[in-house]
Amino acid sequence: MIEGILGKKIGMTQIYPEGGAQIPVTVISAASCYVVQKKTRESDGYESLQVGIGEKKEKRANKPMRGHFKKAGTPCLYTLTEFKGEELDKYKAGAPLNAADVFKAGDIVDVSGKSKGKGFQGSMKRHNFSGGGGSHGSMHNRAPGSIGSSSDPSRVYKGMRMAGHMGDHRVTVQNLEVVDVRAQENLILVRGAVPGAVNSIVVVKRAVKK
Amino acid sequence: MGAIHDVEKSFLRTDLPEFSPGDTLLVRVKIKEGEKERVQPFEGTVIKKRGSGVRGTFTVRKVSYGVGVERIFPLHSPSLESIKVLSRGKVRRAKLYYLRDLKGKAARIKVKR
Repeated sequence: MIEGILGKKIGMTQIYPEGGAQIPVTVISAASCYVVQKKTRESDGYESLQVGIGEKKEKRANKPMRGHFKKAGTPCLYTLTEFKGEELDKYKAGAPLNAADVFKAGDIVDVSGKSKGKGFQGSMKRHNFSGGGGSHGSMHNRAPGSIGSSSDPSRVYKGMRMAGHMGDHRVTVQNLEVVDVRAQENLILVRGAVPGAVNSIVVVKRAVKK
Repeated sequence: MGAIHDVEKSFLRTDLPEFSPGDTLLVRVKIKEGEKERVQPFEGTVIKKRGSGVRGTFTVRKVSYGVGVERIFPLHSPSLESIKVLSRGKVRRAKLYYLRDLKGKAARIKVKR
């Protein structure tokens, strides 16, 4: 079984399974997810499946990639990732993947995505610094405070938490529960929030810590 | 949006009556206490409806022993046993927050005919 699948984040909603409590879910669509290439021990030294998602026009792919997709017999795709797994023999290059073949309700998964970009942010928003006083004549409002000692190191230590670019990097949320998998629509319903904006590509993998 | 709509479709409740802000409702809510389940009635005026699809909620306000009480219910929750519309109110806005500042006779709402 392949260990994960690519999906597109559709958005969040809530469901009431079996008339019970309200559950917040993120809807992830695995439509247009294909196996593009099989890596084998003989030719590549390891076994995995290259999976792609997000159909694009053929003219948007460059020539080497066009050939790569043509060989697999899939449409041209935006995102490619490799997944490991056991018993990969049953998967064929060019075959579409269905979420229902990979996950079932009750599975625990890790979901990775690219977080929403926040631009250049100060240390309060970026690192949860507490900042200074807001009134009573305080002029230390959102400043980070001291960033180190004086002449002894004579420099700022590497990794000091300061203002800078925030977001737009890969974030993984671990141990989310798969509430439901819908084979017909190729949808995964995951309990809770998932990194990234709506319509961004996420990687749904079997949880490493379960 | 399409896929979300499809997911929500099966959880939408169609058995509850239509109502709008200004209406007076009798909402019967199922409450679980350990093993037992009982029904609690809540009667008051709808002061707000928000959200679409299965995520919608509505707020019911009543004055109990001189204290204003507001409860927010999900529109499609299975814990709503029933909703009864006691009267249709005639109001000129969608959110009746102004009722919070009014007391007694001033907080009445005209009944629609």
